[in-house]
Amino acid sequence: MLDLIIIGAGPAGITAAVYAARKKMEVLVISRDIGGQAAWSGDIENYTGYQFISGPELTSKFEEHLRKFNIGLHENEEVLEVKKAQAVNSLLVKTNKGSYEAKTLIIASGKRSRELNVPGEQELKNKGLTYCATCDGPLFSGKDVAVVGGGNSALDAALQLVKIARQIYLINIAARLSGDPVMQEKLNQAENVTILNQAQVTMVAGDRFVSGIRIKKDGQEKALPVQGIFVEIGLIPNSEFAKELDKNEFGEIKVNCYNGTNVSGVFAAGDVTDVPEKQIIIAAGEGAKAALSVFRYLMQH
Amino acid sequence: MANKVKIYSTPACPYCIRAKQYLKDNNIIFENVDVSADAQAGQEMIEKSGQMGVPVLDIDGRIIVGFDRDAIIKALGL
Repeated sequence: MLDLIIIGAGPAGITAAVYAARKKMEVLVISRDIGGQAAWSGDIENYTGYQFISGPELTSKFEEHLRKFNIGLHENEEVLEVKKAQAVNSLLVKTNKGSYEAKTLIIASGKRSRELNVPGEQELKNKGLTYCATCDGPLFSGKDVAVVGGGNSALDAALQLVKIARQIYLINIAARLSGDPVMQEKLNQAENVTILNQAQVTMVAGDRFVSGIRIKKDGQEKALPVQGIFVEIGLIPNSEFAKELDKNEFGEIKVNCYNGTNVSGVFAAGDVTDVPEKQIIIAAGEGAKAALSVFRYLMQH
Repeated sequence: MANKVKIYSTPACPYCIRAKQYLKDNNIIFENVDVSADAQAGQEMIEKSGQMGVPVLDIDGRIIVGFDRDAIIKALGL
């Protein structure tokens, strides 16, 4: 049986894998992708040792480090369920491709973009509706678009689009924007941005591609004709598959200072946990700590 | 026979950068099309893939959306 299965290959998962490999554990890493949110980051200027590095570059470095060791890595694989296996001190991981047993588990599955949860969203994903303005923004040159959200990510997306799109509607559910005042000022100065506060998205419209967005503002439904919709309403933890674990109100897995959870043998690290501050360097450190806790656990069991 | 590989990308998209790096690491010759600078190519990409997300790879006419390593390996016969 495997000593350890690590779910996720972002900064936490990869660091955990490196530490586990150096402790000569038998490890399998299962992940949807490599790098997680770090791969999506633009410029990183606070990872010690690199005064400046891009997300994809840092991800390549992480991957290179991981591949130095003989670690089993299943990419493009999604975990559906984790639970105690029938054998004592054994855990079962079910994925969309198979099931695996191990003595311990580190859940480092990170966070993903929060979705709008309105009709039309699933059908029109990547068909005008996107969660990555940096990636897909340039395709909307000269078009009318909507950015949904009011925090820093939303303001950043809107500012990127100012130079690309024709008209930008910033749809914010709260009474005022919550992003940095500096960014708000820049948006106020832009001529092609309309800010709609206290507005709620009710539907994404379109046949083959997005053709509009419906919002509710001041008790009235309104349709805005747009070809692009950028959703920037925060992140949610990828923790649904861990049904037996204690979580906080945000769905983050509760861990103690040894990265242990309420289930014996199950550890968690990085953004999926309730550890404060979501940073690449913190996730990496937590991953290291979790792997060392696993090592200690295996000595005792 | 060499594969005909085309990648539709934008300069700042992380998975475009990773996909291009992956092709380079495997010594695959490819044509990079920057759809942020070429609206017509952007339209071509949308028609070929039926969607608007980058990157899109065209390997001998086979369309791969996103940086899907398994699909790339399969299409290239690596």
